[in-house]
Amino acid sequence: MSSLNKSLLIPLGIFIVLVAILAGGFGLKDPHFLPSQLIDQQFPDFSLSELNDPSRQLTASDMRGQVVLVNVWATWCPNCLVEHPELLRISREEGVPLYGINYNDDPFKARQWLVRHNNPFQFNIVDNKGKLGIELGVYGAPETFIVDANGIIRYRHVGPVSRRTWEETLGPIIELLKTNPDRVKG
Amino acid sequence: MPTKFHRIVILFVLTFCQAPAWAAIDAYPFPEDKMRQQYNSLIAELRCPQCLNTNIAGSDAMIAKDLRREVHRMVLEGQSDDDIRAFMLARYGDFILYKPQLRAGTLVLWFGPGILFIIALVVIFGMLRRRNSNVTALSDQDQERLKQLLSK
Repeated sequence: MSSLNKSLLIPLGIFIVLVAILAGGFGLKDPHFLPSQLIDQQFPDFSLSELNDPSRQLTASDMRGQVVLVNVWATWCPNCLVEHPELLRISREEGVPLYGINYNDDPFKARQWLVRHNNPFQFNIVDNKGKLGIELGVYGAPETFIVDANGIIRYRHVGPVSRRTWEETLGPIIELLKTNPDRVKG
Repeated sequence: MPTKFHRIVILFVLTFCQAPAWAAIDAYPFPEDKMRQQYNSLIAELRCPQCLNTNIAGSDAMIAKDLRREVHRMVLEGQSDDDIRAFMLARYGDFILYKPQLRAGTLVLWFGPGILFIIALVVIFGMLRRRNSNVTALSDQDQERLKQLLSK
């Protein structure tokens, strides 16, 4: 009898292993989340105009020199409005430069949007064809990148930035990059 | 002279005769048919990063539209399929390819199902063999007893 009991345990064991593997694959992860391929890579080169000052050409070198937040946003994106108050707070209180990428948008509408909701960005890159977005592996908005002083992408956040996002991830990573630039891994 | 019945039949047939409607309707010009074929096969095998389980050929999402435009541009520039796949892979990762590349990280993806299937076969054959051997393994005593019982 004991050998029969033992052989009954084999399918049960296989079943448990399968459940563990499948739970890891399906259940525990948000299927909409794609890991960024660009962590620890140089911010892609670009040459695009500034939203409020179209005569000004912006390039990747405009972001060098300090740790910065780069936020991908658009007027068609409801979650951008959701995160907007937090972006305004960060720009007011946290002392980290915040740059915008106005993604696949109508620049005219975007300027109006910033007048109506206030402008937390030091400058806005006009990416109305979505080309910089593709270089960055952006697949929606909003997305927020942390770029270090050497212009290397260190972190990407997908979805709206909340107070909690700032306190638990963005804030600590930026702090660490400022004090100890070599220790942070994406 | 068509009767009412004929008309209904014709209407019914025509309803199901429509060509399949694709979501991708941007009419990109191509100088050569070969390029058009390359474009069509690439947008069919690239997966839309935003929509779960649609290729970029069949998606209305903004990112799918942008990626189709990029594929069109690269095809016109004469880039190979592998160049274009590598471009997408560098930006969007394995997710973008419906057929992921064979690497250490994707081994489970490629061979996992086969290995599970082989394990299942081994288990099934093991169980069948044991069951068969149980049936045939009658000792001489048992055979004797069986004979007695049957002759009663």
